[in-house]
Amino acid sequence: MSSNLFEYLLILGDNSMILAHRLSELCGHGPSLETDIALTNTSLDLYGQVRNYFQYAAEIAPEQPGASEDSIAFLRRERQYRNCILLEQPNVDFAHVIVRQFLFDAFQNLQLEALLQSSDSQIAAIAEKSLKESRYHLRFSSEWLKRLGDGTETSHQKTQTALDYLYPFVHEFFDETEIEEIAAKEGYGAKLADLKPGFESILKEGIESATLKIPDSKPRFAQGKLGIHTEQMGYILAELQFMQRAYPNLQW
Amino acid sequence: MSKEVNLEEQFQARIDAGERIEPKDWMPERYRKTHIRQISQHAHSEVVGMLPEGNWITRAPSLRRKVGLLAKVQDEAGHGLYLYSAAETLGISRDQMEEQLLSGKAKYSSIFNYPTLSWADIGAIGWLVDGAAIINQVMLTRTSYGPYARAMVRICKEESFHQRQGYEIMLGLCQGSREQKEMAQDALNRFWWPSLMMFGPRDHESPNTEQSVRWKIKRKTNDELRQQFVDITVPQADYLGLKMPDPDLKWNEERGHYDFGEINWDEFWQVVKGNGPCNKERIAARQAARDNGEWVREAAIAHAKKKRQSLDKSA
Repeated sequence: MSSNLFEYLLILGDNSMILAHRLSELCGHGPSLETDIALTNTSLDLYGQVRNYFQYAAEIAPEQPGASEDSIAFLRRERQYRNCILLEQPNVDFAHVIVRQFLFDAFQNLQLEALLQSSDSQIAAIAEKSLKESRYHLRFSSEWLKRLGDGTETSHQKTQTALDYLYPFVHEFFDETEIEEIAAKEGYGAKLADLKPGFESILKEGIESATLKIPDSKPRFAQGKLGIHTEQMGYILAELQFMQRAYPNLQW
Repeated sequence: MSKEVNLEEQFQARIDAGERIEPKDWMPERYRKTHIRQISQHAHSEVVGMLPEGNWITRAPSLRRKVGLLAKVQDEAGHGLYLYSAAETLGISRDQMEEQLLSGKAKYSSIFNYPTLSWADIGAIGWLVDGAAIINQVMLTRTSYGPYARAMVRICKEESFHQRQGYEIMLGLCQGSREQKEMAQDALNRFWWPSLMMFGPRDHESPNTEQSVRWKIKRKTNDELRQQFVDITVPQADYLGLKMPDPDLKWNEERGHYDFGEINWDEFWQVVKGNGPCNKERIAARQAARDNGEWVREAAIAHAKKKRQSLDKSA
Protein backbone atom coordinates (compact mmCIF):
# COMPACT_ATOMS: atom_id res chain seq x y z
CA MET A 1 0.00 0.00 0.00
CA SER A 2 2.67 2.45 0.98
CA SER A 3 4.57 1.74 -2.21
CA ASN A 4 1.61 2.51 -4.44
CA LEU A 5 0.93 5.67 -2.45
CA PHE A 6 4.57 6.64 -2.96
CA GLU A 7 4.35 6.16 -6.73
CA TYR A 8 1.07 8.07 -6.83
CA LEU A 9 2.70 11.01 -5.05
CA LEU A 10 5.41 10.93 -7.70
CA ILE A 11 2.84 11.33 -10.46
CA LEU A 12 1.34 14.33 -8.67
CA GLY A 13 4.68 15.88 -7.77
CA ASP A 14 6.46 15.27 -11.07
CA ASN A 15 3.72 16.95 -13.10
CA SER A 16 4.12 20.07 -10.98
CA MET A 17 7.90 19.90 -10.92
CA ILE A 18 8.57 19.48 -14.62
CA LEU A 19 6.17 22.29 -15.50
CA ALA A 20 7.71 24.47 -12.77
CA HIS A 21 11.12 23.76 -14.27
CA ARG A 22 10.00 24.80 -17.74
CA LEU A 23 8.47 28.01 -16.36
CA SER A 24 11.59 28.77 -14.36
CA GLU A 25 13.60 28.75 -17.60
CA LEU A 26 11.64 31.84 -18.60
CA CYS A 27 12.50 33.90 -15.53
CA GLY A 28 14.08 37.12 -16.80
CA HIS A 29 13.04 36.50 -20.41
CA GLY A 30 9.28 37.08 -20.39
CA PRO A 31 7.49 39.33 -22.89
CA SER A 32 6.98 41.98 -20.18
CA LEU A 33 7.97 42.42 -16.55
CA GLU A 34 4.38 41.78 -15.51
CA THR A 35 4.14 38.41 -17.28
CA ASP A 36 7.63 37.53 -16.10
CA ILE A 37 6.52 38.06 -12.51
CA ALA A 38 3.29 36.14 -13.00
CA LEU A 39 4.91 33.10 -14.62
CA THR A 40 7.62 33.02 -11.96
CA ASN A 41 4.87 33.11 -9.39
CA THR A 42 3.20 30.12 -10.98
CA SER A 43 6.54 28.32 -11.00
CA LEU A 44 6.96 29.11 -7.30
CA ASP A 45 3.48 27.84 -6.46
CA LEU A 46 4.16 24.61 -8.32
CA TYR A 47 7.49 24.12 -6.56
CA GLY A 48 5.66 24.65 -3.28
CA GLN A 49 3.33 21.79 -4.21
CA VAL A 50 6.28 19.65 -5.21
CA ARG A 51 7.88 20.15 -1.81
CA ASN A 52 4.66 19.17 -0.06
CA TYR A 53 4.25 16.02 -2.11
CA PHE A 54 7.88 14.97 -1.89
CA GLN A 55 8.26 15.68 1.82
CA TYR A 56 5.31 13.41 2.38
CA ALA A 57 6.68 10.84 -0.09
CA ALA A 58 10.02 10.88 1.76
CA GLU A 59 8.23 10.03 5.01
CA ILE A 60 6.58 6.97 3.55
CA ALA A 61 9.30 6.00 1.04
CA PRO A 62 9.52 2.22 0.97
CA GLU A 63 12.97 0.82 1.70
CA GLN A 64 14.66 4.22 1.41
CA PRO A 65 15.93 5.32 4.77
CA GLY A 66 17.29 8.85 4.51
CA ALA A 67 15.02 9.77 1.61
CA SER A 68 14.31 13.50 1.41
CA GLU A 69 12.43 15.90 -0.82
CA ASP A 70 15.72 16.52 -2.60
CA SER A 71 16.69 12.90 -3.10
CA ILE A 72 13.26 12.33 -4.63
CA ALA A 73 13.39 15.45 -6.78
CA PHE A 74 16.98 15.12 -8.00
CA LEU A 75 18.29 11.62 -7.67
CA ARG A 76 16.00 9.38 -9.64
CA ARG A 77 16.76 7.89 -13.03
CA GLU A 78 14.83 9.21 -15.97
CA ARG A 79 12.64 6.12 -16.14
CA GLN A 80 11.52 6.78 -12.56
CA TYR A 81 10.00 10.20 -13.28
CA ARG A 82 6.25 10.00 -13.79
CA ASN A 83 5.14 13.31 -15.27
CA CYS A 84 2.88 13.50 -18.31
CA ILE A 85 4.90 14.41 -21.37
CA LEU A 86 2.83 17.53 -22.10
CA LEU A 87 4.67 19.17 -19.23
CA GLU A 88 8.15 18.59 -20.61
CA GLN A 89 7.33 20.26 -23.92
CA PRO A 90 9.64 23.22 -24.50
CA ASN A 91 8.85 26.95 -24.26
CA VAL A 92 8.75 27.42 -28.03
CA ASP A 93 7.09 30.81 -27.70
CA PHE A 94 4.66 32.57 -25.36
CA ALA A 95 1.71 30.90 -27.12
CA HIS A 96 3.10 27.44 -26.31
CA VAL A 97 3.73 28.52 -22.73
CA ILE A 98 0.15 29.75 -22.27
CA VAL A 99 -1.52 26.84 -24.04
CA ARG A 100 0.52 24.25 -22.13
CA GLN A 101 -0.36 26.07 -18.91
CA PHE A 102 -4.06 26.29 -19.73
CA LEU A 103 -4.32 22.59 -20.61
CA PHE A 104 -2.59 21.60 -17.39
CA ASP A 105 -4.44 24.09 -15.18
CA ALA A 106 -7.78 22.81 -16.43
CA PHE A 107 -6.81 19.24 -15.53
CA GLN A 108 -5.14 20.14 -12.25
CA ASN A 109 -8.12 22.15 -11.01
CA LEU A 110 -10.39 19.17 -11.38
CA GLN A 111 -7.89 16.71 -10.02
CA LEU A 112 -7.31 18.82 -6.91
CA GLU A 113 -11.03 19.29 -6.38
CA ALA A 114 -11.40 15.52 -6.42
CA LEU A 115 -8.43 15.09 -4.08
CA LEU A 116 -10.13 17.25 -1.45
CA GLN A 117 -12.09 14.05 -0.77
CA SER A 118 -8.96 11.90 -0.56
CA SER A 119 -9.04 9.32 2.23
CA ASP A 120 -5.44 10.32 2.91
CA SER A 121 -5.59 13.41 5.08
CA GLN A 122 -2.17 14.68 3.94
CA ILE A 123 -3.14 14.53 0.28
CA ALA A 124 -6.44 16.24 1.05
CA ALA A 125 -4.60 19.01 2.93
CA ILE A 126 -2.09 19.54 0.11
CA ALA A 127 -4.94 19.60 -2.40
CA GLU A 128 -6.79 22.21 -0.42
CA LYS A 129 -3.79 24.51 -0.33
CA SER A 130 -2.86 23.89 -3.96
CA LEU A 131 -6.35 24.35 -5.30
CA LYS A 132 -6.41 28.03 -4.42
CA GLU A 133 -3.22 28.50 -6.43
CA SER A 134 -4.37 26.33 -9.28
CA ARG A 135 -7.62 28.29 -9.63
CA TYR A 136 -5.61 31.45 -9.93
CA HIS A 137 -3.32 29.84 -12.52
CA LEU A 138 -6.33 28.79 -14.57
CA ARG A 139 -7.71 32.30 -14.47
CA PHE A 140 -4.39 33.70 -15.61
CA SER A 141 -3.87 31.20 -18.44
CA SER A 142 -7.51 31.47 -19.63
CA GLU A 143 -7.28 35.25 -19.75
CA TRP A 144 -4.08 35.13 -21.73
CA LEU A 145 -5.51 32.47 -24.02
CA LYS A 146 -8.29 34.93 -24.82
CA ARG A 147 -5.91 37.82 -25.35
CA LEU A 148 -3.75 35.81 -27.68
CA GLY A 149 -6.52 33.97 -29.48
CA ASP A 150 -8.67 37.05 -29.88
CA GLY A 151 -5.86 39.58 -30.24
CA THR A 152 -4.16 40.13 -33.58
CA GLU A 153 -4.08 37.87 -36.60
CA THR A 154 -0.50 36.89 -35.78
CA SER A 155 -1.27 36.04 -32.19
CA HIS A 156 -4.34 34.06 -33.22
CA GLN A 157 -2.31 32.03 -35.66
CA LYS A 158 0.55 31.37 -33.25
CA THR A 159 -1.87 30.30 -30.53
CA GLN A 160 -3.82 27.97 -32.81
CA THR A 161 -0.49 26.44 -33.90
CA ALA A 162 0.49 25.88 -30.28
CA LEU A 163 -2.89 24.37 -29.51
CA ASP A 164 -2.71 22.06 -32.52
CA TYR A 165 0.66 20.86 -31.36
CA LEU A 166 -0.03 20.49 -27.64
CA TYR A 167 -3.64 19.34 -27.54
CA PRO A 168 -2.93 15.73 -28.60
CA PHE A 169 -0.87 15.31 -25.43
CA VAL A 170 -3.77 15.94 -23.03
CA HIS A 171 -5.17 12.46 -23.47
CA GLU A 172 -2.38 11.12 -21.34
CA PHE A 173 -3.90 12.82 -18.30
CA PHE A 174 -6.78 10.32 -18.55
CA ASP A 175 -4.85 7.18 -19.48
CA GLU A 176 -5.23 5.43 -16.19
CA THR A 177 -2.12 3.64 -14.99
CA GLU A 178 -2.31 0.79 -12.57
CA ILE A 179 -0.99 3.11 -9.87
CA GLU A 180 -3.86 5.54 -10.40
CA GLU A 181 -6.38 2.75 -10.60
CA ILE A 182 -5.31 1.37 -7.22
CA ALA A 183 -5.12 4.88 -5.73
CA ALA A 184 -8.69 5.59 -6.80
CA LYS A 185 -9.93 2.22 -5.62
CA GLU A 186 -8.32 2.67 -2.21
CA GLY A 187 -9.84 6.10 -1.89
CA TYR A 188 -6.77 8.33 -1.73
CA GLY A 189 -6.55 9.06 -5.47
CA ALA A 190 -8.84 10.70 -7.99
CA LYS A 191 -10.84 8.61 -10.46
CA LEU A 192 -9.59 10.01 -13.74
CA ALA A 193 -12.58 9.07 -15.86
CA ASP A 194 -14.78 11.16 -13.55
CA LEU A 195 -12.74 14.26 -14.36
CA LYS A 196 -13.06 14.01 -18.10
CA PRO A 197 -16.46 15.67 -18.66
CA GLY A 198 -15.43 18.67 -16.52
CA PHE A 199 -12.13 18.91 -18.35
CA GLU A 200 -13.79 18.89 -21.74
CA SER A 201 -16.18 21.61 -20.72
CA ILE A 202 -13.41 23.88 -19.36
CA LEU A 203 -11.48 23.37 -22.58
CA LYS A 204 -14.47 24.01 -24.80
CA GLU A 205 -15.38 27.18 -22.93
CA GLY A 206 -11.79 28.50 -22.78
CA ILE A 207 -10.85 27.67 -26.34
CA GLU A 208 -14.05 28.88 -27.95
CA SER A 209 -14.11 32.14 -26.05
CA ALA A 210 -10.55 32.68 -27.31
CA THR A 211 -11.96 32.27 -30.86
CA LEU A 212 -9.77 29.18 -31.34
CA LYS A 213 -10.69 25.70 -32.53
CA ILE A 214 -10.30 22.46 -30.64
CA PRO A 215 -8.07 20.41 -32.93
CA ASP A 216 -9.61 17.37 -34.49
CA SER A 217 -6.53 15.27 -33.99
CA LYS A 218 -5.64 11.83 -32.74
CA PRO A 219 -4.11 11.43 -29.29
CA ARG A 220 -0.32 11.33 -29.25
CA PHE A 221 1.26 8.17 -27.98
CA ALA A 222 2.37 9.07 -24.46
CA GLN A 223 3.63 7.02 -21.54
CA GLY A 224 5.24 9.60 -19.31
CA LYS A 225 3.46 8.30 -16.22
CA LEU A 226 5.13 4.96 -16.89
CA GLY A 227 8.49 6.68 -17.07
CA ILE A 228 8.86 6.73 -20.84
CA HIS A 229 9.57 10.33 -21.77
CA THR A 230 10.48 12.42 -24.79
CA GLU A 231 14.00 13.25 -25.89
CA GLN A 232 13.55 16.58 -24.05
CA MET A 233 13.57 14.94 -20.65
CA GLY A 234 17.23 14.03 -20.53
CA TYR A 235 18.20 17.66 -20.96
CA ILE A 236 15.76 18.81 -18.30
CA LEU A 237 17.24 16.31 -15.88
CA ALA A 238 20.80 17.21 -16.87
CA GLU A 239 20.16 20.71 -15.54
CA LEU A 240 17.87 19.77 -12.69
CA GLN A 241 20.24 17.15 -11.34
CA PHE A 242 23.56 18.80 -12.20
CA MET A 243 24.66 19.90 -8.75
CA GLN A 244 23.43 16.81 -6.93
CA ARG A 245 25.20 14.55 -9.42
CA ALA A 246 28.41 16.56 -9.67
CA TYR A 247 28.74 17.00 -5.89
CA PRO A 248 27.00 14.04 -4.29
CA ASN A 249 25.97 13.83 -0.64
CA LEU A 250 26.53 17.45 0.33
CA GLN A 251 24.39 20.01 2.10
CA TRP A 252 23.58 23.27 0.29
CA MET B 1 16.84 88.61 -11.22
CA SER B 2 15.08 86.39 -13.75
CA LYS B 3 12.12 84.29 -12.75
CA GLU B 4 14.02 81.06 -13.46
CA VAL B 5 16.82 81.96 -11.07
CA ASN B 6 14.28 82.83 -8.44
CA LEU B 7 12.52 79.49 -8.82
CA GLU B 8 15.81 77.69 -8.66
CA GLU B 9 16.71 79.44 -5.43
CA GLN B 10 13.37 78.56 -3.92
CA PHE B 11 13.87 75.00 -5.05
CA GLN B 12 17.29 74.80 -3.42
CA ALA B 13 15.82 76.31 -0.26
CA ARG B 14 13.22 73.56 -0.12
CA ILE B 15 15.90 70.92 -0.56
CA ASP B 16 18.04 72.54 2.13
CA ALA B 17 15.06 72.52 4.48
CA GLY B 18 14.79 68.77 3.89
CA GLU B 19 11.52 68.91 2.00
CA ARG B 20 10.57 66.20 -0.48
CA ILE B 21 10.12 67.14 -4.13
CA GLU B 22 7.01 65.63 -5.71
CA PRO B 23 6.23 64.99 -9.42
CA LYS B 24 4.01 68.07 -9.88
CA ASP B 25 6.42 70.48 -8.18
CA TRP B 26 8.56 72.79 -10.24
CA MET B 27 12.09 71.46 -10.63
CA PRO B 28 15.15 72.51 -12.59
CA GLU B 29 15.47 70.69 -15.87
CA ARG B 30 18.83 69.29 -14.82
CA TYR B 31 17.33 67.87 -11.61
CA ARG B 32 14.66 66.13 -13.68
CA LYS B 33 17.20 64.76 -16.15
CA THR B 34 19.59 63.61 -13.46
CA HIS B 35 16.76 61.71 -11.83
CA ILE B 36 15.62 60.12 -15.04
CA ARG B 37 19.18 59.02 -15.66
CA GLN B 38 19.71 57.68 -12.16
CA ILE B 39 16.33 56.02 -11.57
CA SER B 40 16.22 54.40 -15.00
CA GLN B 41 19.78 53.20 -14.57
CA HIS B 42 18.73 51.70 -11.28
CA ALA B 43 15.66 50.07 -12.85
CA HIS B 44 17.77 48.63 -15.67
CA SER B 45 20.20 47.25 -13.12
CA GLU B 46 17.37 45.36 -11.43
CA VAL B 47 16.14 43.91 -14.71
CA VAL B 48 19.53 43.06 -16.21
CA GLY B 49 20.53 41.76 -12.78
CA MET B 50 17.91 39.04 -13.18
CA LEU B 51 20.02 37.43 -15.90
CA PRO B 52 23.21 36.33 -14.13
CA GLU B 53 21.23 34.92 -11.22
CA GLY B 54 18.56 33.48 -13.47
CA ASN B 55 21.38 31.50 -15.05
CA TRP B 56 21.40 29.18 -12.01
CA ILE B 57 17.68 28.72 -11.35
CA THR B 58 17.36 25.50 -13.32
CA ARG B 59 20.54 24.15 -11.72
CA ALA B 60 20.01 25.18 -8.10
CA PRO B 61 21.23 22.39 -5.81
CA SER B 62 18.12 21.83 -3.68
CA LEU B 63 14.42 22.61 -3.84
CA ARG B 64 14.76 25.07 -0.98
CA ARG B 65 17.56 26.96 -2.72
CA LYS B 66 15.73 26.90 -6.02
CA VAL B 67 12.61 28.44 -4.53
CA GLY B 68 14.70 31.05 -2.70
CA LEU B 69 16.51 32.04 -5.87
CA LEU B 70 13.36 32.14 -8.00
CA ALA B 71 11.67 34.37 -5.44
CA LYS B 72 14.70 36.62 -5.30
CA VAL B 73 14.89 37.09 -9.05
CA GLN B 74 11.16 37.72 -9.08
CA ASP B 75 11.63 40.45 -6.45
CA GLU B 76 14.12 42.09 -8.76
CA ALA B 77 11.54 42.21 -11.54
CA GLY B 78 9.22 43.86 -9.02
CA HIS B 79 11.89 46.42 -8.10
CA GLY B 80 12.37 47.14 -11.79
CA LEU B 81 8.64 47.81 -12.05
CA TYR B 82 8.50 50.26 -9.10
CA LEU B 83 11.54 52.08 -10.36
CA TYR B 84 10.29 52.40 -13.93
CA SER B 85 7.07 53.78 -12.46
CA ALA B 86 9.00 56.25 -10.32
CA ALA B 87 10.93 57.42 -13.40
CA GLU B 88 7.70 57.71 -15.39
CA THR B 89 6.55 60.43 -12.98
CA LEU B 90 9.30 62.57 -14.52
CA GLY B 91 7.85 62.37 -18.01
CA ILE B 92 9.54 59.44 -19.70
CA SER B 93 7.87 56.16 -20.69
CA ARG B 94 9.01 52.64 -19.89
CA ASP B 95 9.28 52.04 -23.59
CA GLN B 96 11.65 54.96 -24.06
CA MET B 97 13.76 53.81 -21.14
CA GLU B 98 14.00 50.32 -22.60
CA GLU B 99 15.07 51.78 -25.92
CA GLN B 100 17.83 53.67 -24.14
CA LEU B 101 18.99 50.50 -22.43
CA LEU B 102 19.11 48.54 -25.67
CA SER B 103 20.82 51.30 -27.64
CA GLY B 104 23.49 51.60 -24.95
CA LYS B 105 22.53 55.18 -24.12
CA ALA B 106 21.42 54.21 -20.62
CA LYS B 107 23.75 52.27 -18.36
CA TYR B 108 23.14 49.64 -15.71
CA SER B 109 25.33 48.40 -12.91
CA SER B 110 28.51 46.99 -14.42
CA ILE B 111 28.63 44.12 -11.96
CA PHE B 112 26.00 42.30 -14.02
CA ASN B 113 28.42 42.07 -16.90
CA TYR B 114 30.35 39.43 -14.99
CA PRO B 115 29.37 35.78 -15.48
CA THR B 116 27.96 33.45 -12.82
CA LEU B 117 30.15 30.37 -13.17
CA SER B 118 29.29 28.32 -10.11
CA TRP B 119 26.55 27.98 -7.54
CA ALA B 120 28.74 29.90 -5.08
CA ASP B 121 28.44 32.94 -7.33
CA ILE B 122 24.77 33.09 -6.37
CA GLY B 123 25.84 33.30 -2.73
CA ALA B 124 28.53 35.87 -3.51
CA ILE B 125 26.13 38.06 -5.46
CA GLY B 126 23.61 38.05 -2.62
CA TRP B 127 26.24 38.76 -0.02
CA LEU B 128 28.43 41.28 -1.85
CA VAL B 129 26.38 42.77 -4.67
CA ASP B 130 23.19 43.12 -2.67
CA GLY B 131 25.29 44.21 0.28
CA ALA B 132 26.86 47.00 -1.77
CA ALA B 133 23.49 47.91 -3.26
CA ILE B 134 21.92 48.24 0.19
CA ILE B 135 24.54 50.74 1.33
CA ASN B 136 23.69 52.89 -1.64
CA GLN B 137 19.97 52.35 -1.30
CA VAL B 138 19.67 53.04 2.41
CA MET B 139 21.12 56.44 1.62
CA LEU B 140 18.58 56.83 -1.17
CA THR B 141 15.60 56.28 1.14
CA ARG B 142 16.32 59.87 2.22
CA THR B 143 16.85 61.22 -1.27
CA SER B 144 15.03 64.46 -2.13
CA TYR B 145 12.72 63.11 -4.85
CA GLY B 146 9.63 61.63 -3.18
CA PRO B 147 8.68 58.76 -5.53
CA TYR B 148 12.28 57.53 -5.67
CA ALA B 149 12.73 57.69 -1.90
CA ARG B 150 9.48 55.79 -1.29
CA ALA B 151 10.35 53.11 -3.84
CA MET B 152 13.68 52.73 -2.05
CA VAL B 153 12.10 52.12 1.35
CA ARG B 154 10.24 49.16 -0.03
CA ILE B 155 13.16 47.86 -2.06
CA CYS B 156 15.58 48.08 0.87
CA LYS B 157 13.49 45.72 2.98
CA GLU B 158 13.65 43.05 0.32
CA GLU B 159 17.29 43.66 -0.50
CA SER B 160 18.39 43.13 3.05
CA PHE B 161 16.57 39.81 3.02
CA HIS B 162 18.41 38.90 -0.21
CA GLN B 163 21.71 39.87 1.34
CA ARG B 164 21.12 37.58 4.32
CA GLN B 165 20.06 34.79 1.99
CA GLY B 166 23.29 35.19 -0.01
CA TYR B 167 25.42 35.22 3.11
CA GLU B 168 23.66 32.11 4.33
CA ILE B 169 24.50 30.32 1.07
CA MET B 170 28.16 31.30 1.60
CA LEU B 171 28.06 30.17 5.21
CA GLY B 172 26.67 26.79 4.17
CA LEU B 173 29.46 26.36 1.63
CA CYS B 174 32.15 27.45 4.07
CA GLN B 175 30.92 24.93 6.63
CA GLY B 176 30.76 22.22 3.98
CA SER B 177 33.31 20.12 2.13
CA ARG B 178 36.73 21.30 0.93
CA GLU B 179 35.34 21.57 -2.60
CA GLN B 180 32.45 23.73 -1.42
CA LYS B 181 34.77 26.04 0.45
CA GLU B 182 37.02 26.38 -2.61
CA MET B 183 33.98 27.23 -4.67
CA ALA B 184 33.09 29.96 -2.16
CA GLN B 185 36.63 31.37 -2.13
CA ASP B 186 36.75 31.42 -5.93
CA ALA B 187 33.45 33.30 -6.08
CA LEU B 188 34.74 35.86 -3.57
CA ASN B 189 37.96 36.26 -5.58
CA ARG B 190 36.03 37.03 -8.74
CA PHE B 191 33.29 39.22 -7.24
CA TRP B 192 35.18 41.27 -4.64
CA TRP B 193 36.76 43.85 -6.91
CA PRO B 194 33.75 44.28 -9.20
CA SER B 195 31.67 44.83 -6.03
CA LEU B 196 33.96 47.69 -5.00
CA MET B 197 33.58 49.12 -8.49
CA MET B 198 29.81 49.27 -7.98
CA PHE B 199 30.22 52.53 -6.05
CA GLY B 200 31.48 54.24 -9.18
CA PRO B 201 34.61 56.28 -9.94
CA ARG B 202 36.73 57.95 -7.28
CA ASP B 203 35.20 61.21 -6.03
CA HIS B 204 37.59 63.44 -7.94
CA GLU B 205 36.64 61.63 -11.15
CA SER B 206 32.91 61.58 -10.59
CA PRO B 207 31.49 64.56 -12.50
CA ASN B 208 27.97 64.29 -11.10
CA THR B 209 28.73 63.86 -7.42
CA GLU B 210 28.95 67.47 -6.32
CA GLN B 211 25.64 68.57 -7.82
CA SER B 212 23.97 65.35 -6.65
CA VAL B 213 25.08 66.01 -3.09
CA ARG B 214 23.81 69.61 -3.27
CA TRP B 215 20.41 68.38 -4.43
CA LYS B 216 20.43 65.65 -1.81
CA ILE B 217 20.09 63.00 -4.47
CA LYS B 218 23.19 61.56 -2.94
CA ARG B 219 24.02 62.16 0.69
CA LYS B 220 27.42 60.52 0.66
CA THR B 221 30.15 60.37 -1.97
CA ASN B 222 31.22 57.26 -3.86
CA ASP B 223 34.41 56.91 -1.84
CA GLU B 224 32.60 57.30 1.48
CA LEU B 225 30.10 54.61 0.55
CA ARG B 226 32.84 52.30 -0.73
CA GLN B 227 34.74 52.65 2.53
CA GLN B 228 31.60 51.90 4.48
CA PHE B 229 31.09 48.73 2.44
CA VAL B 230 34.65 47.53 2.98
CA ASP B 231 34.41 48.15 6.73
CA ILE B 232 31.20 46.15 7.01
CA THR B 233 32.22 43.31 4.72
CA VAL B 234 35.75 42.42 5.84
CA PRO B 235 34.66 41.06 9.24
CA GLN B 236 31.93 39.05 7.47
CA ALA B 237 34.57 37.40 5.27
CA ASP B 238 36.66 36.70 8.37
CA TYR B 239 33.69 34.99 9.98
CA LEU B 240 33.30 32.80 6.90
CA GLY B 241 36.99 31.96 7.05
CA LEU B 242 37.55 33.32 3.55
CA LYS B 243 40.49 35.42 2.45
CA MET B 244 39.97 38.74 0.72
CA PRO B 245 41.80 38.87 -2.62
CA ASP B 246 43.64 42.07 -1.68
CA PRO B 247 47.18 41.94 -0.22
CA ASP B 248 46.94 45.62 0.74
CA LEU B 249 43.86 45.18 2.86
CA LYS B 250 44.52 45.95 6.53
CA TRP B 251 42.94 47.70 9.50
CA ASN B 252 44.14 51.26 9.96
CA GLU B 253 43.92 52.05 13.65
CA GLU B 254 44.48 55.75 13.12
CA ARG B 255 41.72 56.21 10.54
CA GLY B 256 39.41 53.73 12.19
CA HIS B 257 38.85 52.13 8.78
CA TYR B 258 40.28 49.40 6.59
CA ASP B 259 42.85 50.48 4.03
CA PHE B 260 42.49 48.65 0.75
CA GLY B 261 44.33 48.29 -2.54
CA GLU B 262 43.81 50.24 -5.71
CA ILE B 263 40.91 49.22 -7.92
CA ASN B 264 41.78 48.33 -11.50
CA TRP B 265 40.15 51.39 -13.05
CA ASP B 266 41.12 50.35 -16.51
CA GLU B 267 38.98 47.24 -16.12
CA PHE B 268 36.19 49.37 -14.65
CA TRP B 269 36.08 51.70 -17.66
CA GLN B 270 36.41 48.83 -20.12
CA VAL B 271 33.35 47.15 -18.63
CA VAL B 272 31.40 50.43 -18.46
CA LYS B 273 32.17 51.02 -22.13
CA GLY B 274 30.68 47.68 -23.12
CA ASN B 275 33.71 45.42 -23.27
CA GLY B 276 33.12 43.38 -20.12
CA PRO B 277 32.78 39.60 -20.17
CA CYS B 278 28.99 39.59 -20.65
CA ASN B 279 27.85 43.06 -21.81
CA LYS B 280 26.87 41.81 -25.25
CA GLU B 281 25.05 38.76 -23.90
CA ARG B 282 23.08 40.79 -21.36
CA ILE B 283 21.84 43.29 -23.91
CA ALA B 284 21.17 40.51 -26.42
CA ALA B 285 19.02 38.72 -23.85
CA ARG B 286 16.99 41.87 -23.13
CA GLN B 287 16.67 42.55 -26.84
CA ALA B 288 15.45 39.00 -27.46
CA ALA B 289 12.87 39.29 -24.66
CA ARG B 290 11.62 42.51 -26.21
CA ASP B 291 11.54 41.16 -29.77
CA ASN B 292 9.95 37.85 -28.82
CA GLY B 293 7.40 39.65 -26.70
CA GLU B 294 6.37 42.21 -29.26
CA TRP B 295 3.53 40.20 -30.80
CA VAL B 296 2.33 39.34 -27.29
CA ARG B 297 2.14 42.98 -26.22
CA GLU B 298 0.41 43.88 -29.48
CA ALA B 299 -2.12 41.09 -28.96
CA ALA B 300 -2.88 42.33 -25.44
CA ILE B 301 -3.48 45.86 -26.72
CA ALA B 302 -5.61 44.67 -29.64
CA HIS B 303 -7.69 42.47 -27.35
CA ALA B 304 -8.23 45.27 -24.84
CA LYS B 305 -9.38 47.53 -27.68
CA LYS B 306 -11.86 44.92 -28.94
CA LYS B 307 -13.21 44.48 -25.44
CA ARG B 308 -13.66 48.21 -25.01
CA GLN B 309 -15.44 48.49 -28.34
CA SER B 310 -17.87 45.73 -27.50
CA LEU B 311 -18.55 47.39 -24.13
CA ASP B 312 -19.19 50.71 -25.88
CA LYS B 313 -21.60 49.04 -28.28
CA SER B 314 -23.57 47.36 -25.56
CA ALA B 315 -23.70 50.59 -23.49
